[in-house]
Amino acid sequence: MSLSIGLTINGQPRTVTLDDPRVTLLDLLRERLDLTGTKKGCDRGQCGACTVLVDGRRVNSCLALAASLDGAEVSTIEGLAEGETLHPVQAAFIEHDGFQCGYCTPGQIMSAVGLIAEGHAGADPERIQELMSGNICRCGAYQGITEAVLEAQKILAERNRRAAA
Amino acid sequence: MNRFDYIRPASVPEAVAAAAVPGSAYLAAGTNLVDLMKGGAARPERVIDITRLPGLDRIEWLADGGVRIGALVRNSDLAYDERLSRTFPSVAEALLSGASAQLRNAATVGGNLMQRTRCAYFHDLAGACNRRVPGSGCDALEGENRLHAVLGWSEHCIATHPSDFCVPLVALDAVVEVEGPHGGREIALDTLHMLPGSTPEQETALMPGELIVAIRLPAEAAAFSRNARYLKLRERTSYAFAVVSAATALEIEDGVIRAARIALGGVAAKPWRARDAEALLVDRTASPEAFAMAANLALAEARPSGDNAFKIELARRIVVRALSLALEGTPEFMPALPASPFSTITGANHVA
Repeated sequence: MSLSIGLTINGQPRTVTLDDPRVTLLDLLRERLDLTGTKKGCDRGQCGACTVLVDGRRVNSCLALAASLDGAEVSTIEGLAEGETLHPVQAAFIEHDGFQCGYCTPGQIMSAVGLIAEGHAGADPERIQELMSGNICRCGAYQGITEAVLEAQKILAERNRRAAA
Repeated sequence: MNRFDYIRPASVPEAVAAAAVPGSAYLAAGTNLVDLMKGGAARPERVIDITRLPGLDRIEWLADGGVRIGALVRNSDLAYDERLSRTFPSVAEALLSGASAQLRNAATVGGNLMQRTRCAYFHDLAGACNRRVPGSGCDALEGENRLHAVLGWSEHCIATHPSDFCVPLVALDAVVEVEGPHGGREIALDTLHMLPGSTPEQETALMPGELIVAIRLPAEAAAFSRNARYLKLRERTSYAFAVVSAATALEIEDGVIRAARIALGGVAAKPWRARDAEALLVDRTASPEAFAMAANLALAEARPSGDNAFKIELARRIVVRALSLALEGTPEFMPALPASPFSTITGANHVA
């Protein structure tokens, strides 16, 4: 059984032929499209390492069947920076030591981008921790992650204010 | 994961027709089904992808003040819907206390109702599980069972239903709309999930091929909007299933309880409505003593199914606490840690 689907990945329209409907979005990205920035941790929706944005919303790509996402827009860590300029969330993670080994980091960063876009946390560190709880960091960089999200949110809000002015 | 045929119907009748073939399973976001398929606890031969079905992703307010929520509405869209969270605050609080932000962005209303137990022996193919393989036995009975059921269980199965969302829904008399091979019908949510008895494999009242298309909350449930809470005890602060939880709602007039709703989560194979305890509270003055009596009655039939006698006392206390919080009033803003027994103040951090 072969199935052709269209996805827009980091702004690029792609047509993908799936020879098997079992392919998850995560495996499609990593194994078939060579976008290995998105990580496979637990592969069961428990760790958040595979977090990407689908139609602007953060989801676990390990639990989404690619076939079911026909027509979706997918954003991965590879699409965040503009050339050599890091996205404010990426820069803030470096600035605040929001990681150690780095394995969970692409998922953490995509989750933070989603969190900021959702706009439910305000500047409350506890809300940020709660809304980042789907991303496990076994190095325990949570304090730096929370600070990074707070700062990136501030920078993005400022950027939006200037753009609107 | 087993091989399967992938079918993407364009309408509800097409979906129902496709699912009438034995071995079919409906797929929405897949946050539970795909996980179960990866572990082998679910092995559908045909996966019917319902995510494109038209008209199932809407929140519709009814003329009488009730609400009809399409089965494909995402948990986060429902939880953050302004009118929903104002009218049925405990429903929003329960949703936001469940899973993670990523999962809530994907998971659907219908999928939440249909999620399977998190009993480890149901998921572990090496274990005996009457729910997964009828007649094979129940390894949980003599296994790691401290989080298992204390109400409504049988020697055939001691699993619990893991949903948070269903707990306030059942307290508020939610109704499930289904479409099936023989047309549409409605099921009270309280009767959707089955207690195990001698047939734990029969998890819900749905007939083969039936599809949940919507749930409805009746207008009467909105009367509790000022005094409704969901409280959930977890083994970590966030992103964990309930050890025990309670949805409570009160209608109070001059300090006297005119109506009460109580449902428990994490204690049985279904969200557990405590109607006797509700009736006991009616026309009583809202007081700690009355709440304690109600909690005792709610758990009167409870008995441990293993190393979980502690859950009975925890459940009593969570009922008292949730009733006390409902009496205090629905918070003006969603707490930073929804449904958490930790006290939270905006800007404060419960972790020292």
